[in-house]
Amino acid sequence: MTLLNKTTAELQSLLHNKEITIKELTEETFARVAKTDDKVQAFISTNEEKALERAEQLDNEPVENRGPLFGLPVGIKDNIVTKGITTTSASRMLEDFIPVYDATVVEKLNQAGMVSIGKLNLDEFAMGSTTETSAFKTTCNPWNLDHVPGGSSGGSAAAVAAGEVPFALGTDTGGSIRQPAAFCGVVGMKPTYGRVSRYGLIALASSLDQIGPITRTVEDNALLLQAIAGHDEKDSSSSSKEVPNYIEHLTGDIRGIKIGVPKEYMGVGVGEDAKNAVLEALKVLESLGAEWEEVSLPHTTYALPAYYYISSAEASSNLSRYDGVHFGYRSEDAKSLDEIYRKSRAESFGRDVKRRILLGTYALSAGHYEEYYKKAQKARMLVAQDFANVFSKYDVIISSAAPTTAYKIDGEPDDIVTKYMGDILTTPINLAGVPAISVPCGFSNGLPLGLQIIGNHFDEATIYKVAHAYEQATDFHKRTPAIWEEK
Amino acid sequence: MNFETIIGLEVHVELKTNTKIFSSAPSHFGAEPNKNIHVTDLAYPGVMPVLNKSVVDFGMKAAMALNCDIADVMHFDRKHYFYPDNPKAYQISQEDRPIGVGGWVEIEVDGKKKKIRLNRIHLEEDAGKLTHTEHGYSLVDLNRQGTPLIEIVSEADIRSADEAYAFLEKLKAIIEYTGVSDCRMEEGSLRCDANISLRPVGQKEFGTKTELKNLNSFNFVRRGIIKEVERQEKILLSGGVIEQETRRYDESTGDTVLMRIKGSADDYRFINDPDLPEIHIDEDWKARIRAEIPELPDARKDRYMNELGLPAYDAMVLTLTKEMSDFYEATVEAGADPKLASNWLMGEVSAYLNAEQKELAETKLTPEGLTSMIKLIEDGTISSKIAKKVFKELIEKGGIADDIVKAKGLVQISDEGTLRKMVAETLEANPQSIVDYKDGKGRALGFLVGQIMKASKGQANPQLVNKILLEEIEKH
Repeated sequence: MTLLNKTTAELQSLLHNKEITIKELTEETFARVAKTDDKVQAFISTNEEKALERAEQLDNEPVENRGPLFGLPVGIKDNIVTKGITTTSASRMLEDFIPVYDATVVEKLNQAGMVSIGKLNLDEFAMGSTTETSAFKTTCNPWNLDHVPGGSSGGSAAAVAAGEVPFALGTDTGGSIRQPAAFCGVVGMKPTYGRVSRYGLIALASSLDQIGPITRTVEDNALLLQAIAGHDEKDSSSSSKEVPNYIEHLTGDIRGIKIGVPKEYMGVGVGEDAKNAVLEALKVLESLGAEWEEVSLPHTTYALPAYYYISSAEASSNLSRYDGVHFGYRSEDAKSLDEIYRKSRAESFGRDVKRRILLGTYALSAGHYEEYYKKAQKARMLVAQDFANVFSKYDVIISSAAPTTAYKIDGEPDDIVTKYMGDILTTPINLAGVPAISVPCGFSNGLPLGLQIIGNHFDEATIYKVAHAYEQATDFHKRTPAIWEEK
Repeated sequence: MNFETIIGLEVHVELKTNTKIFSSAPSHFGAEPNKNIHVTDLAYPGVMPVLNKSVVDFGMKAAMALNCDIADVMHFDRKHYFYPDNPKAYQISQEDRPIGVGGWVEIEVDGKKKKIRLNRIHLEEDAGKLTHTEHGYSLVDLNRQGTPLIEIVSEADIRSADEAYAFLEKLKAIIEYTGVSDCRMEEGSLRCDANISLRPVGQKEFGTKTELKNLNSFNFVRRGIIKEVERQEKILLSGGVIEQETRRYDESTGDTVLMRIKGSADDYRFINDPDLPEIHIDEDWKARIRAEIPELPDARKDRYMNELGLPAYDAMVLTLTKEMSDFYEATVEAGADPKLASNWLMGEVSAYLNAEQKELAETKLTPEGLTSMIKLIEDGTISSKIAKKVFKELIEKGGIADDIVKAKGLVQISDEGTLRKMVAETLEANPQSIVDYKDGKGRALGFLVGQIMKASKGQANPQLVNKILLEEIEKH
C-alpha cells in the first residue's frame, strides 16, 4: 500500500509526477479503513462519497498551487464541528447533530487541500483518558486490541497508529492528545493555548482546550500544525503572534539545548518502565549535544486537583447549553419545561459527564466557590509560575507523557481518583498554557511509551527541533503494529 | 409608627449598536421572529463570543455621562440559569469588574435638589423573548438574544415614588442625550426593577426588601412603588414580617402580586468567561469617548435659564428629551422669541404630539416653520386664533407660515376703515344688543364682538374691533 510506506514528501512527489492521483490515494485510504477499522473502531463516521468527490476536484488543481499537505487524507476528532457532517462529541446528546458551519481548523485543512476522511472517536465530550466513555464504541489500541488507545483523542491516535490516516486532529484539555499519542506510539502535539483557533471546537474547558495534530512523524506534525495555527478573529483567545516556519527548525542540531527534568515528574506514581525510557531518551539527547539537569516544579502536587476543579467547573458551564430545547437530544416523555431539562440531560449524558457536571457545579456553588474554584485558580497561577521559573533557564522540560502504558479495556481502576491520577504528567501543562509533544520513546510489554517534551509559550519550534532530532536518532517511530501487516 | 421608604432601582437600557454584543447579527427592534440571529446567538456547539467594541464605546459613554469611574480593566462573567430564552443557559454579564463604578444622578423634587448615587454600571447581553400560547407550548424568538444592555444599579438613596420617577426621568434624559439608546420603555429598550423596603424613622438598618418587576412605564413605577409601600406598611403596622420576595406589578388592578419567595440569594454560579479576554481601557480610549459626550440636560437647562431667560419649569420640560430640546434651540436660532417658542412647544406642540401619539420627528413641523409663525403673531399679521389654524397646517403639511397665510388669505384685518364699516353693519343689524349693553348687560358686548369676528372669518384684529366697537356704541 502506498500510504503505509511513504513519507509525506514521497507522497507529494508521487502526486506531483502524476504517478498517483488524489482520488486513488483517497480510495486507498478508505480501503485501509475498511480493512482495519472493524478491529480498531477509530471512526465514528466516514464520508467516502464526499471525500472522493473532493479528491477529484483537487486532482484538477494545478500542481504549482499545492502545498505540502495537498491531497492528503486527514481524520478529525468528532468534537470538532464539520458543516453538513454529523458531529457527535461521542454523546447521545448530539447523536444526530449536523453543524451548519465548519470549525476554523476544518476551514484551514480545506484551504491546505486536505481530504477529510471522517470523524474520530473520543471519550464523551472529551471527558476521559481511555475513549471508553464514548456513547458509541470502544476504540482499541492498534498495538494490542485488548488495550485502550488512551483518550480522549483515542480515535485520532489509534487511526494514525493503525495506518488508517497519516494525519489526524485531536484536542487536549489535560493530556488528551499526548497521552493517547504515547499509548499508540505516535506523535501528538498540544500547542500553546491560543496558538490554534478553538472556534468550532465543542468546548470542554475553554481556558484549557487546544486543538492539535496527531501524526506518525515529527515532520508531519509540524506540517499539520503549520496549517492550522494562527490568529482567528472568531476566537478572541487566539493569539496574533506570528507563526514561525516550523520545518525550518527541524535541523537535527540540538547542541547546547538545555533540558530540565522535573524531579516531581520522575517520582511516585510513574512506572519504572516509563522512568527508564525517559532516562534512555536523555542519554540519546545528551549524545546529540544537549544538556540536562534535574529541576523542580514545586507546585506539581496541586496541579491535578486544581485541574479537575477548573476543568469540571468550566465543563459544567459549557455543557449547560445541552438542555434539550434548541438542539440535540430531547426526552420524548418530558411533560414540562423542568422535565425537558432533567430528562433530556439524564437520558443522554453518560456517567462520566454527569460526574464532572456535578463536580463542577458544586465547585462553583455559593459557599464552595472560594474553597474550591478560587483556590484552584490560585494553584493554577503557582503552577504556571513554576514553569516560567524553569523556562527562564531551560529550553525544554522533559518527562514521560504518561505514568504507564495503555490500560486494558475495562481494566481501569474503579476508583475515580486513581483513574484521574493517570493525568498527573499532562494536566499541569494545560494549566500553564504551554505547549508539549509526545514522541515514541520505547515499548514495555509490546505497548508504546511516549516522551513528553514541554516548551515555553509559543515555542513549538524548539519542541519540534528537539523531538525531530531525537526521532531521527532512534527508530521507535519506524516500528509498526502487527495490524499493519494483516491481510 | 412612621416609616421611611427606601428604594433602589435597577435599570436595563438597550444600546443601539448596529450589531449584537457578541455576534455579527443585526441588533434592532421589530424584525420577523428569529431573523436577526447568528449561530453564536443560538449557542450552537463550538461557537464563541466576540466582543463588539462599539458596545464598550456606548457603555462607556453612558457611564461617563452618569459620572461613573471607568474601569481600566474589565472582563465578562457567565451567569448561569436555565430558561428557554437563554440558549447557552448562561448570560454573559459583568460581575467582578464592571465597566463603571460609582456615579450619580441629580434629581429635583418639590424644588429640592438631591444626588442619587449609583453603585455600578455593567455591560451584558439581553435574552430572547418567549411568547406563551394558549395551546400549552411557548414560542421562542431569539432576535433579542445578544442585544447589548447596560444595567444601571442605583444605591438605596431613593426615598419616595416621586423621587424614583424623577430619577428615571433624568436618567432617561441623560442617556438619551448621549445617543447610546432610544430609551423606549414601550419597546423594552429601557426596563426598570425596584427594590423597596421600609424602616421606622430614625432606624439605621434597612428593613427586608422586596423586588418589584413588570414596571412598564414611569407611571407604573410610581404607582407600583406607592402600592408596595402601602402593602408593606400595613403588614408592619399589624405586627407582621416582610418576606424577601419578588413581586409583579399588575397593570389591570394596580396591585403588586407575589411572583416568588427568594430564599437565600439566587445562585448564579458566576465564573469568568474564559472565551473573552480582559479588556484594557486606556486613557486615550477614555478621552476619545469623553470628547463625544454632548451637552447634557442639566447644562442645557441652566443655559436656557441664564442665557434665554426661561423660567426653571420651561427649561426643565424642554430639556427632558434631546429631540425637543434640539428643536427648541433651532427655533430660537431661527429668530423666534425664546419664551414664545417655549410656550408653543410646551403648549400646542406637546398637546398635538400627545393627542396623535407621535414623535416630533414624525410630524412635518420644522423650527423654521414654527419661527415664521411666531414672527407673524408678533408683528400682528395673524391673530393667535388664526395662528392655531396655521399651526395645524404647519405640523401636518409643513412649510412656512407666511406662505400658508398668503395662500389661504388669513392675514389679520387691522385696517380701521374696514373694521369700522364692519362694526357699523353689525350694530345696525343688532339694535337690541346696543340697548342691552346700555342697560348694563356686559354680555352683549361679547356677542357683538363674536358677530364681527364671524363676519370677518376670524381675521379681524380683536383688540381693534373692541376699541372701535366701544367708540361706535357711544355714538348711538
